[in-house]
Amino acid sequence: MSKQDKSIIKAEEMVLNMGPQHPSTHGVLRLKIRTDGEIVSKIDPIMGYLHRCFEKHCENLSYEQVVPFTDRCDYLASMHMNHAYSIAVEKMLNIELPERVEYIRVIVAELQRIASHLVACGVFGLDVGAITPFTWALRDRERILDLFEMLCGARLLYNYIWPGGVSHDLPPNFIQYTTEFLDYFEPMLKEFDDILTENMIFVERTADVGIITPEVGINFGVSGPTLRASGISHDLRKDEPYSIYNKFDFDVPIGKGLMGTVGDCWDRYWVRLREIDESVKILRQAIAQLPDGDVHEARPKKVRPPKGEVYSRYESARGDVGFYIISDGKNIPYRLKMRSPAFCNLSVFSEISEGWMMSDVITILGSLDIVLGEIDR
Amino acid sequence: MNSFIDSLLSMLSFTELPYSILVVVAILITGVHIFLLMALFATLAVYFERKVSAFMQDRLGPMEVGILGFKGGKKFWGGIGQTIADALKLLTTEDILPNDADKKLMIIAPFIIFMGALLTFIGIPFSEGFIISDFNIGIFYVVATSSVGVIGIILAGWSSNNKWSLYGAMRSAAQIISYEIPLGLSILLPVLVVGSLEMSEIVAWQAEHRWFILHSPFTFIAFFIFFISGLAETNRTPFDIPEAESELVAGWMTEYSGFRWAIFFLSEYASMLIICILSSVLFLGGWLSPMTIFNIFPDSWLFFDGPLWGVFWLFSKALFLIFVMMWFRWTFPRLRVDQLMHLCWKVFIPFALANLFFVAILELIFL
Amino acid sequence: MIIEDIAKLLKNKYSESIEYLEDANFIKVSANDWNDVALTIKNEDKLKFDYLMCISSYDCGDKKTYGVAYNFKSTSLNHYLEIRIEVTDEDSIHSVSSIWGSADWHEREAYDMMGIKFENHPNFKRILLADDWEGHPLRKDYDTPEYYRGMPVPKDKTYWE
Repeated sequence: MSKQDKSIIKAEEMVLNMGPQHPSTHGVLRLKIRTDGEIVSKIDPIMGYLHRCFEKHCENLSYEQVVPFTDRCDYLASMHMNHAYSIAVEKMLNIELPERVEYIRVIVAELQRIASHLVACGVFGLDVGAITPFTWALRDRERILDLFEMLCGARLLYNYIWPGGVSHDLPPNFIQYTTEFLDYFEPMLKEFDDILTENMIFVERTADVGIITPEVGINFGVSGPTLRASGISHDLRKDEPYSIYNKFDFDVPIGKGLMGTVGDCWDRYWVRLREIDESVKILRQAIAQLPDGDVHEARPKKVRPPKGEVYSRYESARGDVGFYIISDGKNIPYRLKMRSPAFCNLSVFSEISEGWMMSDVITILGSLDIVLGEIDR
Repeated sequence: MNSFIDSLLSMLSFTELPYSILVVVAILITGVHIFLLMALFATLAVYFERKVSAFMQDRLGPMEVGILGFKGGKKFWGGIGQTIADALKLLTTEDILPNDADKKLMIIAPFIIFMGALLTFIGIPFSEGFIISDFNIGIFYVVATSSVGVIGIILAGWSSNNKWSLYGAMRSAAQIISYEIPLGLSILLPVLVVGSLEMSEIVAWQAEHRWFILHSPFTFIAFFIFFISGLAETNRTPFDIPEAESELVAGWMTEYSGFRWAIFFLSEYASMLIICILSSVLFLGGWLSPMTIFNIFPDSWLFFDGPLWGVFWLFSKALFLIFVMMWFRWTFPRLRVDQLMHLCWKVFIPFALANLFFVAILELIFL
Repeated sequence: MIIEDIAKLLKNKYSESIEYLEDANFIKVSANDWNDVALTIKNEDKLKFDYLMCISSYDCGDKKTYGVAYNFKSTSLNHYLEIRIEVTDEDSIHSVSSIWGSADWHEREAYDMMGIKFENHPNFKRILLADDWEGHPLRKDYDTPEYYRGMPVPKDKTYWE
């Protein structure tokens, strides 16, 4: 087309604002989208609406007091945040934990993983337009939240896993209720699978959309189910087992491109569903092997780590949580930095959504499974 | 066949008023009745939809609100008065017109959509002789007036001064206009076989032969094409991209509040009813009882026939189809715009054209 | 490879810029050669650090120098590395966002919170705070401003001070 032709047909690019308040942005995230009709040319995510100066607060709190603040970072997987932080502090203090504490932590962490993935898959269906699987997923998640309420009194922000142990021992009927829940849940998961996973319309909406190739994934620091869907078998529970994960027998589901290309939105959704299966497996083994003991015996009286720093990594529901703590010998951290997985997952969003349509933007954002609390901290 | 206007005119002819005034009076009476029917149906349909969706999602739906103290039971029919309460609330909500919006267009848009639905009801039959006006171009009139609503949608989206509403309106316009084509092509099949556009003629043909859906495999496919195109016409899932809740908040209806929004809602449910009644009349035998499916019973065995039974049969078929529409809404995700267009232009239209071709050949061979 | 060997390998190439203390678990690099060192770390056969996990900024304690800690991992060779760079307010660090894509937003956050400048960054502005915020919060000598765009910033610190 010559220059003259271009000036006659002038198509303007529209700048749309998917504002901080929107039913589909999974929190307060602002997206500045430049579109040419329906095709997106560039997305600029603007965050910081939920920034609460978590890291600055931690510089004024003692190590034990930081735990409730970690809850509020990723509020959909609070147990994982608590656990990640406790592991970092225990690494600095070189504490040896009793077996029972480790098993309780694994049980609680895997239940939390199931709850978080249920929300992720349900909300993904909701973004695509299927409303019923969302209500089914939340109904099952309610049972998990009831279990947690029995355990520590809270439904969402637990403050349960402390450096050196857990806050309360398991109540008497907890194991029995958990086993009942697992027996109830497996056919429900199959129902959820039936209505959504192979539904032709769902597959058409999500397969081949928003592909994250392995190179792009590793370059941008993507982790968790988002990276595993691109075919890379990268799970911290298997690669560098922390806690007692080396005692359990489970697989790591990776994306195989069953319905489209490897690394598309359908793969990310499918990997999360299969991870729920694996968590149920781990839970059954952990419940069977649970020993007795006293959960409070390894709790240190004073948490005063020696001078130094530690970077500890943990596999949360969203990916690879890192805590980088610099200590200068006092009982408050000198610098605490939390590397949040959703932060890195969101940074790849602009890259993979160029050239897709407006509806696909929402599908891709839903498949990345972000929580603004941990992006903004 | 008689129609309501005819019977009203003959009833009122004992007064010595000139013919034109009688016609106006007849039209007013029937117009008010149709409006009441639409409102009543919308009330029941909204309640039905909420209950159906609730039971599919493993919850109970509205359970608290009753009518004049009558709640309706603890397990199932709890909140019978819910829709009436909602309607009263909508009537008294503040009517917000955004500052920068085009006020005149914004006020006109709901009325255009409503008018489209109301005009269509003139040609919709409820039973033998229970039709407002029995045009000899019945179906053609119905299809023509039901597409008046598109203008209202575009006006609503444009005048809201909101980029998201504009998106929704544009998508809706593209969708409705595209899906008119397979709709029209599928309607041509009964017209071709029967040889008339009049509703009563088509049902009479089905009474003599068999239900149209079983006429040939081509009409069987045509029924599904018609029904799904009808879903697209009324912006129901899986074609509810214009009102996609998770992307566009409420699409082209976002800026509307109070009674204007209620009018949009009313016309959506009215057009659902129109499509379902049309499907029943054209393909499923209209007001004939199920005993006439294959026309194997002699006439004296048809106990459940007659004008009033006809209303019952027609409405049960239409209600079943409405239930299926609601079932689809709560099961399927929604299609993306280009997939929607692909389905229409590359799948439905070729099939509809092929159907037409083969049925024409069939008619030539067997007639 | 363990960190002493990595330090030796890097010191062979860039002797002045690399500093490795005994028994430390990080390598200190000076800001001048950082771009070349970064390319070596990513592309060298024995190193191959392709996964940048985290960039943390920290305050060195004296009111002049601020540091950045990079945590790397190699997905193919399965080893780790931590690199630290310390600068004052006048210097800036060369951005590595063209080498590792995850550095983009992390560097913006380091600038936002600690005030460390990165040159050659594609989109260098604040990320978590508002674009016109003054000051860098995670510095130890940070004082909350009195007013922000006419709104008073609450100063009630009875709960933690």
